[in-house]
Amino acid sequence: MQYMLLLYSAEDAGPAAGSPEQAAEMPQWMAYSEGLVEAGAMVAGEPLHPIDSATTVRVRDGQTLTTDGPFAETKEVLGGYYIIDVDDLDAATEWAARVPLAPYGSVEIRPVMQIPV
Amino acid sequence: MSRSLVAQVFAEEWPRVVATLRRDWGDLDLAEDVAADAFAEAARRWGPGDSPDRPGAWLVATARRKAIDRARRDRRFAERLPALADHHLREPAQASGLVDDQLALIFGCCHPSLAREAQVALTLREVAGLSTSQIAHAFLVSEPAMAKRLVRAKAKIRSANVPFAVPPPECLDDRLSAVLAVVYLVFTEGHTSTHEATLVRGDLCDEARWLAGLLSRLLPEHSEVLGLVALLAFTDARRPTRIDGDGALVLLEDQDRSRWDRAAIAQGTEVLARAQALGKLAAYQLQAAIAGAHSTAPSLADTNWHGIVMAYDQLLVLGGDQVVGLNRAIAVGMAFGPAAGLRAVGEVAGDGALDDFHYLHSTKAELFRQLGDVAQASASYDRALDLVTNDVEAAFLAARLGSLAAGGDDPSGR
Repeated sequence: MQYMLLLYSAEDAGPAAGSPEQAAEMPQWMAYSEGLVEAGAMVAGEPLHPIDSATTVRVRDGQTLTTDGPFAETKEVLGGYYIIDVDDLDAATEWAARVPLAPYGSVEIRPVMQIPV
Repeated sequence: MSRSLVAQVFAEEWPRVVATLRRDWGDLDLAEDVAADAFAEAARRWGPGDSPDRPGAWLVATARRKAIDRARRDRRFAERLPALADHHLREPAQASGLVDDQLALIFGCCHPSLAREAQVALTLREVAGLSTSQIAHAFLVSEPAMAKRLVRAKAKIRSANVPFAVPPPECLDDRLSAVLAVVYLVFTEGHTSTHEATLVRGDLCDEARWLAGLLSRLLPEHSEVLGLVALLAFTDARRPTRIDGDGALVLLEDQDRSRWDRAAIAQGTEVLARAQALGKLAAYQLQAAIAGAHSTAPSLADTNWHGIVMAYDQLLVLGGDQVVGLNRAIAVGMAFGPAAGLRAVGEVAGDGALDDFHYLHSTKAELFRQLGDVAQASASYDRALDLVTNDVEAAFLAARLGSLAAGGDDPSGR
């Protein structure tokens, strides 16, 4: 069963970009991702560029409208994701709790819909 | 006649049938539907001298047959049929498997990924076997709203693959505390409804005590399960005297103790002793000890108030909140006098966090009244009346306030 882990945090939470704290956090992310691979649970996972790089697209009455910025202004923004393949929600929850950002952000777990082929 | 036999076995067999079928098929909806079908068929077919020797086995076999029938009609299940069909029809429901299946059902319904109100609704529907309309009525929501709540919860269970399993030992205590919280919430909802004119809705108290009893049979070595069984028994023993003929709240000190339910008190005493023998002090057990001290006391004065204060002290050590602190203050007032009680209130409510809580003000009012400070007592009753939402409690507070204004006569006649 596949789950998407959506990694949210406030932009001022956690280590700042380019700071020594961020450098110190990197090994945790590496170890976490390697742990997923070793457990056979890794499907995909990438960090995202900061929220000020976001563009939102809507099509209304056939017109494509683009807006600078995210769909909704919220304190916590999406900063990355993993897609993992594990047995059930308890296993997904365990992995979510181990994401290095979990202590200062939040991890939303969304089951990935399986489209029958 | 046949209906009454089905009714007799319903409470016992409903969770077993649902749990077994849910394990068979991994689908709560299907399990619930075919369990209901099996009980309906039993109601039609069981007559005097014409009922199965082992009703539980008959119900499981019937539900399994209905599940297979349904799978043959429904493509969603037909896909899984070849792998499962033989196993269904042959495998007997064994006692040890039945315990685990029922625990899996209960832990699944109370899974932490579900909202508390969904956990409560699911537990009452799937484990206790209440109908959607009964649950809706008990929780004062419309039947469509309750149906929607159940449908949404079951959809999440299916799409997110919420596990229905006995949690591993390292998580068991945490997960069990969620289950006990659900049972306790059902009881308190029955015992003190927040928004209805009727203070005690006995059906929910009965269901909660039944659920706690089921848990204690499935997990006989867990002191908190036993603690909850004892707590509910001691508290429920006073149900017959908690409100009077006019629906007004009766204070503990004015209740007719001869009308308390002796059987419930005996059960509480026996189960609490078993919990204490396990040697693990925890919250429900301590609350049961307090409720037991009240329910076994011959009168308010002849109550072990020092013991009650000590139990509250231990609850606070375990992380009890400010409500526990207020209850402790009342006990301190009884053990050491109203002035000491007011000092204890000050320790709890000094930071103003409870200023909007009616119970803070009714507690202070009672202690001021005992001290003879009519002005402070009536000011506190006024504040409590502004904040209270339950009609019965409001009427009680108004009566207390009225008796102060009338010259300090105690409405209880003391």
